Amino acid sequence: METYKLDHVSTDSSFLEMLDQLNEQLINERKEPIAFDHDCREGICGMCSLYINGRAHGPDTGITTCQLHMRMFKDGDTIYVEPWRSAAFPVIKDLVVDRSAFDRIQQAGGFVSVNTSGRTIDANSIPVPKTDADKAFEAAACIGCGACVATCKNGSAMLFVGAKVSQYALLPQGKVEAKNRVLNMVRQMDEEGFGNCTNTGACEIECPKGISLENIARMNREFLTAALSNED
Amino acid sequence: MSILDSKIPEGPIAEKWTNHKNRLKLVAPNNRPKIDVIVVGTGLAGASAAASLGEMGYNVKAFCFQDSPRRAHSIAAQGGINAAKNYQNDGDSIYRLFYDTIKGGDYRAREANVYRLAEVSGNIIDQCVAQGVPFAREYGGMLDNRSFGGVQVQRTFYAAGQTGQQLLLGAYSALSRQIGLGRVQMLNRHEMLDLVLVDGKARGIIARNLVNGEIERHSAHAVVLASGGYGNVYFLSTNAMGSNVTAAWKAHKKGAYFANPCYVQIHPTCIPVHGTNQSKLTLMSESLRNSGRIWVPKKKEDAEAIRAGQLKPTQIAEEDRDYYLERRYPAFGNLVPRDVASRAAKERCDAGFGIEANDTNEGVYLDFASEIKAKGKQAAFAQGDHDPSEEKTIELGKKWVEEKYGNLFQMYEKITDENPYETPMKIYPAVHYTMGGLWVDYNLQSTIPGCFVAGEANFSDHGANRLGASALMQGLADGYFVIPYTVSNYLADEIRTGKIPTDSPEFDEAEKKVKDLIQKFLTNNGSKSVDHFHKKLGLIMWNKVGMARSEQGLNEAIQEISALRDEFYKDVYVPGNADELNPELEKALRVADFLELGQLMARDALQRKESCGGHFREEYQDAEGETLRDDENFKFAAAWEYKGMDINQSELHKEDLKYEYIKIAARNYK
Repeated sequence: METYKLDHVSTDSSFLEMLDQLNEQLINERKEPIAFDHDCREGICGMCSLYINGRAHGPDTGITTCQLHMRMFKDGDTIYVEPWRSAAFPVIKDLVVDRSAFDRIQQAGGFVSVNTSGRTIDANSIPVPKTDADKAFEAAACIGCGACVATCKNGSAMLFVGAKVSQYALLPQGKVEAKNRVLNMVRQMDEEGFGNCTNTGACEIECPKGISLENIARMNREFLTAALSNED
Repeated sequence: MSILDSKIPEGPIAEKWTNHKNRLKLVAPNNRPKIDVIVVGTGLAGASAAASLGEMGYNVKAFCFQDSPRRAHSIAAQGGINAAKNYQNDGDSIYRLFYDTIKGGDYRAREANVYRLAEVSGNIIDQCVAQGVPFAREYGGMLDNRSFGGVQVQRTFYAAGQTGQQLLLGAYSALSRQIGLGRVQMLNRHEMLDLVLVDGKARGIIARNLVNGEIERHSAHAVVLASGGYGNVYFLSTNAMGSNVTAAWKAHKKGAYFANPCYVQIHPTCIPVHGTNQSKLTLMSESLRNSGRIWVPKKKEDAEAIRAGQLKPTQIAEEDRDYYLERRYPAFGNLVPRDVASRAAKERCDAGFGIEANDTNEGVYLDFASEIKAKGKQAAFAQGDHDPSEEKTIELGKKWVEEKYGNLFQMYEKITDENPYETPMKIYPAVHYTMGGLWVDYNLQSTIPGCFVAGEANFSDHGANRLGASALMQGLADGYFVIPYTVSNYLADEIRTGKIPTDSPEFDEAEKKVKDLIQKFLTNNGSKSVDHFHKKLGLIMWNKVGMARSEQGLNEAIQEISALRDEFYKDVYVPGNADELNPELEKALRVADFLELGQLMARDALQRKESCGGHFREEYQDAEGETLRDDENFKFAAAWEYKGMDINQSELHKEDLKYEYIKIAARNYK
């Protein structure tokens, strides 16, 4: 563990701007800057991570680290910063981890198998009840940051997988392949070394997009139905 | 014939694309696995192109610098995607979308390309719905629409304030499917650092593995660049931190012409700058202008009192507010195009009416109070209460606003610590999108054979100003519906070529150049960080190549950028090693290219002695401050040819733009 001291931090600065400032100071002192992942800096790309003072994305709710502002801290505070903690997310360097396990889960079934010809059917030919569309959207709002895994004592990815399974399970377009999808995605999730869900609910609390535990329940239902009735 | 052959097909505009597709050459399914294609970038254009090409059976390699293709910056688009579906029955049509886009672009885009874009727009929505993209719906289960700037119909499809995210995740799902099937090889955390040409054709790229620093050679029969825009040349912009011009710029240096670099979109509704440590600016979606009214105080003393913290915006009486967009442009009001709205904000702030207490007093209000009352009343009526109390009206109105824009309001509150349900948002224009980019013909091929360019990285569809919700449309149109046809046409002549070797002198040379530059930076041992230079470049660009440009300012900018570039190579300090994850090195390589591009942007702005769209030259405006175009002398796309290190030697080529279907006229939103 390293300790750094930084002065003149504006309360209007974001947490990552504070790290930029620290890195600028380190570079000027000819020291190695700290590597951390970030990109959009508006809470949507899911690239930033960081465990701050023992909480995924820091001491605020409904946000990512890039949306965390220094006004949440007091002058003179010592802040503890760690990378995501999970066996399935190996550390690459400093605070940067490898989350490609998430991509592989998506590749196992996180899609509708429709070709990209544009020659499907008119977008309005299947009405979708607004409540279903809204719920599918809420599940699809997941940014794939991995806070759920990092915060879970079991290192479970079930909120992430549940959100994707739910999005498709709720829409008519996703129902055709629903059984195979949930079986394949869960198989891949297990192969990647993510733990199981024991209903603690920490993931839901730390999720920057407020993805609901309901999605895990729905995935379990989908999985059970598929496992019992799959003909393949 | 000039090298700038736009290859626009013959025939009536509505039949061009269909006829053209019928005549394009094909590659038979059994030959496709023998052909390699590289796609750089995995935003809407890149992910959709890679997925489509993989699905056809080509061997595809896709590259992105992020840790996952799902994080490309298309993800951050908020408001929506346009399509000429006319679901709202308000007079929309393919022609109308075509017309609005040409007019919105201030008559500086190519008719045939824009028509094709409008023509395929409907299919995009069909495709996305089939992929399970959860667009917003009405209670009857049909898709909902809203309105964006510069148009008088409701043709924008959306998913709350996260439309880009949902569309990108749709394209990412199609891409993931192909990766899972083994038809696309995905290379995350890789940055393209050069384009390799063999016998004048694009035959591969040099890429750096950002995790272990390895310099890799990748060959292909065609290369598709979908690497996004160059807004980060300004340092502060709404782009992601990693967005950069390097892939496009390397292609430019290898012979691809760069078109209209001076056309930059400055988005009117962003959160104002707070201080010198700021790293980026945050957009507040244009969709908010459906409901918000933009104003500043009528009296200068009120503006001063607000800046001093003595007055609150809610204390300014209705008659003392200047809703300047409604005043100047009654026909379109708050929904004028972005360039018009941005300039109007600058005009008011320059005149001393800005309300933000930052260095430059730059900020105006975006106020939802009227909409909250109106929608609250509607909601009360719908509940059968025809005489709702003020309290109930406001409560219901806030609920309505929350449903429409909740995530944007939350985002605003987290950044500014102010509650926009209670007090108006403070906003100011910021760099957002770049209309310029690599020059391409109708097939989206650059001036380098085999190098295709899609999405924001090309110049083709938006002229001098892009309309809201059209970037997503163009990205997906290019990637799903244009690139698969036109790239196949090119590849039809490559079925006998065989695998392109990577041990050729051309690859040797390109790799050596990349390695030398990296070595140069790491051993330079200067005294200043990369950000120091990037911030300096950004200030020059914002002040002199920004919202208002003048001959004098542009000449100064050219000199200052050139001097800054020399200083950068002499005095930059890049810590760390070549063979590891090294973010400072990544930044240095990107800023080196921004420094060259910035100078070209200033040169392009200098030669364009007119005002059009996002390009505003102070010398060319009418008495009311509106842009003055010069169609006689400047109705062309400016395509620049790289002529070596000194950007002042870059050579201008002109593609004359012909308007056969739309009568060219002064843009009027009054």
